[in-house]
Amino acid sequence: MPMTMTQKILAAHAGLDHVTAGQMIEAKLDLVLGNDITAPVAIKEFEKAGFDKVFSTEKIALVLDHSTPCKDIKSAQLCAIVRDFANQHNIQNFFDVGTVGIEHALIPEHGLAIAGDAIIGADSHTCTYGALGAFSTGIGSTDMAAGMATGTAWFKVPAAIKVVLTGKKQVYVSGKDIILHLIGLIGVDGALYQSLEFTGEGVSALSMDDRFTISNMAIECGAKNGIFPVDEKTMAYLKGRTDREVRVYTPDVDAEYVRTITINLDTLRPTVSLPHLPSNTRTIDQAKGMPLNQVVIGSCTNGRMQDLREAAAILNGRKVAKNIRCIVIPATQEIYLQAMEEGLVKIFIESGCAFSTPTCGPCLGGHMGVLADNEWAISTTNRNFVGRMGPTTSMIILSNPAVAAASAVAGCVADPADLT
Amino acid sequence: MARVYKYQDNVDTDVIIPARYLNEPDPAALARHCMEDIDQGFAAAVQPGDIIVAGFNFGCGSSREHAPVAIKACGVKCVIAKSFARIFYRNAINVGFPIMECMEAAEDIEAGDSIDVDFASGVITNNTKHKTYQAEAFPEFVNQIIAAGGLLNSLKNRA
Repeated sequence: MPMTMTQKILAAHAGLDHVTAGQMIEAKLDLVLGNDITAPVAIKEFEKAGFDKVFSTEKIALVLDHSTPCKDIKSAQLCAIVRDFANQHNIQNFFDVGTVGIEHALIPEHGLAIAGDAIIGADSHTCTYGALGAFSTGIGSTDMAAGMATGTAWFKVPAAIKVVLTGKKQVYVSGKDIILHLIGLIGVDGALYQSLEFTGEGVSALSMDDRFTISNMAIECGAKNGIFPVDEKTMAYLKGRTDREVRVYTPDVDAEYVRTITINLDTLRPTVSLPHLPSNTRTIDQAKGMPLNQVVIGSCTNGRMQDLREAAAILNGRKVAKNIRCIVIPATQEIYLQAMEEGLVKIFIESGCAFSTPTCGPCLGGHMGVLADNEWAISTTNRNFVGRMGPTTSMIILSNPAVAAASAVAGCVADPADLT
Repeated sequence: MARVYKYQDNVDTDVIIPARYLNEPDPAALARHCMEDIDQGFAAAVQPGDIIVAGFNFGCGSSREHAPVAIKACGVKCVIAKSFARIFYRNAINVGFPIMECMEAAEDIEAGDSIDVDFASGVITNNTKHKTYQAEAFPEFVNQIIAAGGLLNSLKNRA
């Protein structure tokens, strides 16, 4: 029986020669991940169930990224629970304020997710590591607790959708536009319980940061994971980040897919998602002129170097419009430092942006940029659900970093190509 | 006589329990804000044994287990939907909260209908409309987790 790339990784981790879609398996895990919102619940369940030992001190990552630096007393108490657990169990990959970054940028940066891995994380955007040719998926706190105790997780082997990328993307188009366009095509449950497997000649021209953004939002169309083939760019990214053996899996040529979707990058336009679903997509020309109060550039979706460079290129020598609050958040300390060295932080501050330490903050309406009633934001984050960034009357438009930056300058939703 | 709360497609975990309450570890406190951003009166009105009926992709979005925990802590007996987002589906099973996937029931049942559910057989009875519906069966593996009272109990039983 032929297998998809995802199926091959799952089979290898279940100790099986073959798996087929729908089969229930138990897979060994290379990494179990949690954050300051989900890990405290997992730790409580772990202890309540009577477990006293983790399966590995190296293969668990605890990342305090959501409410940090702590926004209030309750958040501080949750972080303290994770900190104590990390100390007690000698968790090697524990990231606290000072070293912490947004988990899905931080984990690949530290070489903790590599090609061929099977990873679960108690955060829905754990699917990000598919960009590296890994199987990774979001789960809840109880699965995380079980993973920390046993190093395994149960899975229903997914069928797959093949996404063929052709052509080459144009200026001001990024990975974000590719994934928003795809979600617009198939809907927020268009890949429910399935894998997205990206392929085609268009893949090779995509940077790793583009691929991270695309895999990151696989969950927004319901997918279990979104995976890319491993190529020279993947290997170049992994070089120097890990001593572990990289395992490269390729789908069988006759692997079965439930459907094939082709996206022509030559004609893809900058794309935005209007309230209140990521699938509510428009091309930029259909949205420009919409009024705004706030712009957010950052998150596990779009807080990487390429994202900051694209935003800075627009903001360089320009000013944020008077009625706009523009908040820029690098995803990790390494990205923060690099942005300083490249002079990007100066550009952001001189243009009138707030520049923050890494945090998930405003993406989930936690802190560092919560909206008021009836306010509109354009944001490079991943969800524009009702109440996601503030009260239920607030509105979020999702976009790529160049569109967000151009909108900050224009004071309304804007096409970067129109800036003078 | 369970009361029915009916919702549309794509009820996401941000409206089930908004992130501003995720710094709260106590299930009873989460319950006080359950469904707040989609149905402000829900938490005050819901009674133990009531049922939520919804469309496609219930529980999409964030992986927060706080979502099924909050619904369960309200005393809701089960959620019947046309489909569930996969992380919510796992989480509900793992925390021992009953969910039923049934297209016909989710389409047909209206707010105010009197509903009985039988988890063992998957049969949903609509007393108001004098109809029965058959929910999708769980895979055997999942039934074992449910029978053990959740994932961690099933792991402990095995050890």
